[in-house]
Amino acid sequence: MRKMLIIYLSFIFFSGPTFSAGSMDLDEYLEGMNVKTSDVRSLQRGAKNFFNNCSGCHTLQYMRYNQIAEDLGITEDQLMQNLIFTESSPQDLVMNNMLSEDGNRWFGKAPPDLTLVTRRKSPEYVYGFLNSFYEDNGSPTGVNNHVQEASSMPHVLWDIEERFSDQEYSQFLNDTVGFLVYAGEPIIEKRKSMGVWVIGFLLIFLILSYALYKDIWREVK
Amino acid sequence: MEKNINRRKFLSIATSVTSAVGGIFAVGAFVSTFQPSKKAKALGASIKVNLSKLEPGSIIKVIYRGKPIWVLRRTEKMINELDNENSNLRDPESDLSIQPDFAKNKFRSKNPEYFVVEGVCTHLGCAPIEKFAIAPADMGPDWKGGFYCPCHGSKFDLSGRVYAGVPAPSNLRVPAHQFADEATLIVGENS
Amino acid sequence: MAKNTETIFKNPLLRWIDERFPLSALIKDHATEYYASKNFNIWYLFGVLSMVVLVIMFLTGFFLTMNYKPSAEDAFNSVEYIMRSVENGWLIRYMHSTGASFFFIVIYLHMFRAMLYGSYKKPRELIWVLGMLLYFCLMAEAFFGYLLPWGNMSYWAGQVIVNLFGYIPFIGESLTEWIRGDYFISDITLNRFFAFHVIFLPLAILGLVAAHILALHHVGSNNPDGVEIKKHLDEAGKPVDGVAFHPFHTSKDLVGITVFLIIYFAAVFFAPEMGGYFLEVDNFEPADPLKTPEHIVPSWYFTPYYAILRAVPDAALGALFLVLAVLLFVFLPWLDKCEVKSIRYRGWQYKFALTLFAISFIALGYLGLQPATGIYVALARFFTITYFAFFLLMPFYTKLEKTKTVPERVVYKNKES
Repeated sequence: MRKMLIIYLSFIFFSGPTFSAGSMDLDEYLEGMNVKTSDVRSLQRGAKNFFNNCSGCHTLQYMRYNQIAEDLGITEDQLMQNLIFTESSPQDLVMNNMLSEDGNRWFGKAPPDLTLVTRRKSPEYVYGFLNSFYEDNGSPTGVNNHVQEASSMPHVLWDIEERFSDQEYSQFLNDTVGFLVYAGEPIIEKRKSMGVWVIGFLLIFLILSYALYKDIWREVK
Repeated sequence: MEKNINRRKFLSIATSVTSAVGGIFAVGAFVSTFQPSKKAKALGASIKVNLSKLEPGSIIKVIYRGKPIWVLRRTEKMINELDNENSNLRDPESDLSIQPDFAKNKFRSKNPEYFVVEGVCTHLGCAPIEKFAIAPADMGPDWKGGFYCPCHGSKFDLSGRVYAGVPAPSNLRVPAHQFADEATLIVGENS
Repeated sequence: MAKNTETIFKNPLLRWIDERFPLSALIKDHATEYYASKNFNIWYLFGVLSMVVLVIMFLTGFFLTMNYKPSAEDAFNSVEYIMRSVENGWLIRYMHSTGASFFFIVIYLHMFRAMLYGSYKKPRELIWVLGMLLYFCLMAEAFFGYLLPWGNMSYWAGQVIVNLFGYIPFIGESLTEWIRGDYFISDITLNRFFAFHVIFLPLAILGLVAAHILALHHVGSNNPDGVEIKKHLDEAGKPVDGVAFHPFHTSKDLVGITVFLIIYFAAVFFAPEMGGYFLEVDNFEPADPLKTPEHIVPSWYFTPYYAILRAVPDAALGALFLVLAVLLFVFLPWLDKCEVKSIRYRGWQYKFALTLFAISFIALGYLGLQPATGIYVALARFFTITYFAFFLLMPFYTKLEKTKTVPERVVYKNKES
């Protein structure tokens, strides 16, 4: 029984990238990775990074601007100034004006929606992807990628990677990937905090119910 | 023995009460899912209406939270007509009707020129028809312009005020609204 | 039973009901005067836990149905809508997906209890058969439910399982088309699977659970010593080794249920994906008939049978073996020739066989998750053989058992007194 409990608990605590990262070995591209979805400032920076660099091509079709504002502690003014560059209102979904036919024509493959990318591929995959572009004169974009071979995506962050130090770039990626993890599951932090209360309550209840059980069974020979 | 019974009672009650508390939270979590979702709230958010192309005497129709909203730009003649007393109204001061505070007047609007109203008859919810012509054949010689509901014959004046003697019990409802600027109306929130 | 009609209530409203509905009789027959052995251990918890999970699945399923859209166009989006837009929708969804996996954990342990203590033996064979029907319903319910999110794994797992029916001789092709309602898994298939999942199977399960419990109460529960407690009654006619279900077993089960809920909610709140085993990563993208996942794997609770299917070199034969693997359970009461119920008093042959079976089941489960290459193939074949041997050789090795003497009275020690 105790063995089962230990096995089960280790499953919970160590589950995560085991299944989702797939068969590829990403470790060499993950240097500096330290994504923290509990750090709201990081998520705010990540949101800014996303809207400045990614939202032109990539949509977040399941996210609403006003939810991002509410969850990340951003006022509506800050939202309009820093995050919304289209005609959208705060309650709208994060879409852009790129039609998929155009995307297919321009890039060979339309830029996919990114709302669920970290759940589908894993945060490690996205971090590793953004961290492993290299020059390749044979490719139509002039670059290639170690994590996603023959990726149709140009190295949008080239300029940023050049200007930033290694540490700054890692921070940039951590913020952006963190934001995408949040976008994949906006409730992620709230569910953990709610969980603490629920388990706490159940532990109190366990003590009470155990005392009652022992009291009732006292007389059984 | 006495101590045993008391302990049993205490434990039973404590356990029951704690279960009930947990149960209430659990039920609350489920019941809360009934609330309007974020999508419903987004779709029900205030709407902007562009008035720049609205001619006097014309009407724009939009939908807000599933209901038709009419924006009528009244002509001078319509405004003057409303200035006169009309004794045939059931609720001329809008005491029984629903409108923002600034619309509790004979024009039922802040600015007499623009009239914003829900196109929903207060009887059973049909959409009334515009009848702006003065004394047409089908409305009779005393008709001064207004709205007519075809379902059960309720009549309203150019401020949506209901006439006496018709089934509708109150004036057409005026929604919360404000003017962001001269040419932009926002339906759904007062200033 | 008819003599037990005296009212237990003082409250006038309840007495009024009692004159018109057998409320007191039901409470007495099934709770306050239903006697079950005092020596139940943890293995005896999983029956009530499966009822707890069933209620959780009913309630969460009901609330999900309020917001889910069963069409190919909207299904995937409606699940994300529930996760993000509906107040606490994410909690309902995670409880449902986690509950599905926990249902199978609980049921497998519940079935194993019966195999440990001979709870399927006379006079409880019907309880076992009803339980097996429930197991089939549960598997069908899980299969139909899995298509509903319309994720990519939903689609392809559905494709694979429905294609299995194609192996039935003569009628296979038409049968699969008839099941799908279309030439491929489509919106039409999704809609009808939804109907099965939400209406038909839940009602069938409800009815079978009622029958299962009625059959159990008619005969009385078994216990870890396999002793029939009704053999020794006191002056009042109550089994000396029994205690009333309420308040003894209800209070004990309450503790067990609480522990279970702690583990369950730990998963819901801290690891709802469970490393991709409870919520598969491929299901975070919509169904795509043109994009097969790298590894099509059924949900973890089906993988033992999936491993058996792949272990057999011939596809049609593999499908047959899969069906037999599930069906053989039904015949346990008649395959097991040993008179003694509980493993505590049985011969080494059964202890060895059951241990090997448990290892085989878990090994096959693991192998079903792996690609069918290299050493995995040999291992899957080996454990398929041991799996089938457990059942098919049982009439022989159980006859050879040298059993210990079964005690007359149940073994129980109250640690307090």
